[in-house]
Amino acid sequence: MSEKYEIRLNIYALTWRLPIIFWQLIFFVGPVLFMVAMSFFLVKNYRMNEAFEFVNWSRMMTRGFFWDSYWYTLGIATLSTFCAMCVAFPAAFALAFRAAESTRRWAIFLLIIPFFTSYLVRTFSWFVILSESGVVNAVLGYVGLGPFKMLNTDFGTLVGYMTLTLPLVVILQTVTMANIDKSLIEAARNLGCSPLRTIWQVIIPLSKTGLIIAAIFCFILSFGDFVAPFYLGGSQEPTLPILILDTTKSGQQWPRAAVVAIMMMVTLFVIAFTGIALAYRKGKGSK
Amino acid sequence: MYRPTLTSSILTLNRRQVLKAGGAAVLTTPFVSRAWAATTEINMLAWYGHGEPDIVAEYEAANNVKFVPKYYAGGDNMLALIAQSPPGTYDLILSDAEFVQQLNAAGYIEEMNPDDYPLDDMLHEDFSQFPGHWADGKMYSMILRGGHLGVSYNKNSVTAKEAESYSCFWKPELKGKVGHFDWHLPNLGQMSLYDGNGASLWNLNDTQWSKVQETTMSLRPQIGGFFDYGGTFNGLKNGEMQAMVGIGDWITGVLEKDGAPVASVIPKEGGIQFTESYSIGKGSEKAEEAKKFIQYMMSPAGQVKSAQMLAYPGFCVTKAGRAALIEADLEEAKRSHQIDGDAQDPITLIKEGRIHYRDIPQQQTLEDWNDFWSEYKSA
Repeated sequence: MSEKYEIRLNIYALTWRLPIIFWQLIFFVGPVLFMVAMSFFLVKNYRMNEAFEFVNWSRMMTRGFFWDSYWYTLGIATLSTFCAMCVAFPAAFALAFRAAESTRRWAIFLLIIPFFTSYLVRTFSWFVILSESGVVNAVLGYVGLGPFKMLNTDFGTLVGYMTLTLPLVVILQTVTMANIDKSLIEAARNLGCSPLRTIWQVIIPLSKTGLIIAAIFCFILSFGDFVAPFYLGGSQEPTLPILILDTTKSGQQWPRAAVVAIMMMVTLFVIAFTGIALAYRKGKGSK
Repeated sequence: MYRPTLTSSILTLNRRQVLKAGGAAVLTTPFVSRAWAATTEINMLAWYGHGEPDIVAEYEAANNVKFVPKYYAGGDNMLALIAQSPPGTYDLILSDAEFVQQLNAAGYIEEMNPDDYPLDDMLHEDFSQFPGHWADGKMYSMILRGGHLGVSYNKNSVTAKEAESYSCFWKPELKGKVGHFDWHLPNLGQMSLYDGNGASLWNLNDTQWSKVQETTMSLRPQIGGFFDYGGTFNGLKNGEMQAMVGIGDWITGVLEKDGAPVASVIPKEGGIQFTESYSIGKGSEKAEEAKKFIQYMMSPAGQVKSAQMLAYPGFCVTKAGRAALIEADLEEAKRSHQIDGDAQDPITLIKEGRIHYRDIPQQQTLEDWNDFWSEYKSA
């Protein structure tokens, strides 16, 4: 009777687990496979026709504007990741090692709050702050500086990326560093290690996995973001997500947009895979 | 040994509870559906604004219908949405005039009876037989409204005299302050006009097309950004952009009414007209309701609503509509130059040959224009 009950129980439990498997198959694996197939389709009279032609690939891969967008997106997403990691680290360090437990909890709660509001709304709010007649330039004007052009520039795009990624990066870095065994840090200090050397040789290596995961998340979000480069960067140098929109907008070239999307996915896959391999690589002498 | 069961917590669902909840949901659905069925739903495919309360709420209340709008941006986006939907999905289709021909060629729209609409009351003779709206003597679309694209500028940095030519976009003081509405068609059309192509602005041979590309590229250092509707609106409002290529009163009009020092004029090289028309979707089961709504929009009251649309204004196309607008909202009629004798009266501009109806490229494909536009943006 017990065995029978367990079988029934497992079937019941499986019923609840199956949706996520189906969800992934239907809404991720399926669409990705369809997108790959679609990149070989042809568009005639605004309608996609099933085909197996390489014309979309050859057309996009030979266009200068595609590679301009590709390298620009790669570059600015890397810069965004670097900036977010550098800006977040001191804050996360202070929260992990200097702040009291309750302060850290409040700080993490406060870092989550921005996610309660739509990212688009947060992005639009930067217009008031960054425009030439905005808050920043008004303040700078009092000390005789400016006005500086911040909207519709790479700087604007970066501000948007930071809005999207910085809270997440700070949270991930804080949680990672807060879990480091403090006795190892104390041991390093007792053995005469300077504070800076302790950071480089103890804290960063011990939090390597979390830091790399934070960087990967930051890169992925920046690389695929449409809102910041479009609204704050003024689409001045189109990123790949903007190029996807442009490609679909005229002539409904979804197959060519699929080519761009696949290139993005491949790039992200390579970077994420390399990052994770690096994060979990064991150092010299480790078992 | 303690063995957790699925019913060990009051928060955990067991099979009986799941079945009860599911059964209840299934059994009550027909009653909910019946309650909803009382109002006729009309599926509308349109640019943003046409299905909003300021346009349809009064009509909905009076006729017990409910509009379900699906908004698009750009004619080819609209064509794709129809192409990817089963026949009869959309009862009412608002289209840019240059795409009506393609809608008809693809069999997406129903033939309309000219007697149902006020074709004898049009402000311009072209509107009665608008290009592409008729085929083999049959009518397929009813022109609703229009608007003109020219030089849109901030009056504080561009003078009215300077705005008389597209050359003001190259003014050195505007470096980094000129914006583009991010759609190749109106922008390249205006560059084509600036190159002197006049009425054949869409029908460019290779030499003319190369020249248009060259002219456009020369404007690139002046450009401060590429924007959608919201971005264009914000850019002009906060002063980041002092002049815009590819737009007209349909955006500056909204800002102007709000007190912003912006305006749009048709320069000496000419302007472009966007024209919006209603068609009835092929296979629609609510064709009669759709026809009634088009008739309402063509009535003086409907034309006034269209001219005052909150999302973006457009000019009246019927004489009765214009008269009603002047009576109902003289200020808006004056602001939009819909007054007989006004030098910028849209109808006068058409008659003078300064306005060219927006079209698609004749000797190049849309993709050629779009590819160049992408190159231009990344230059």
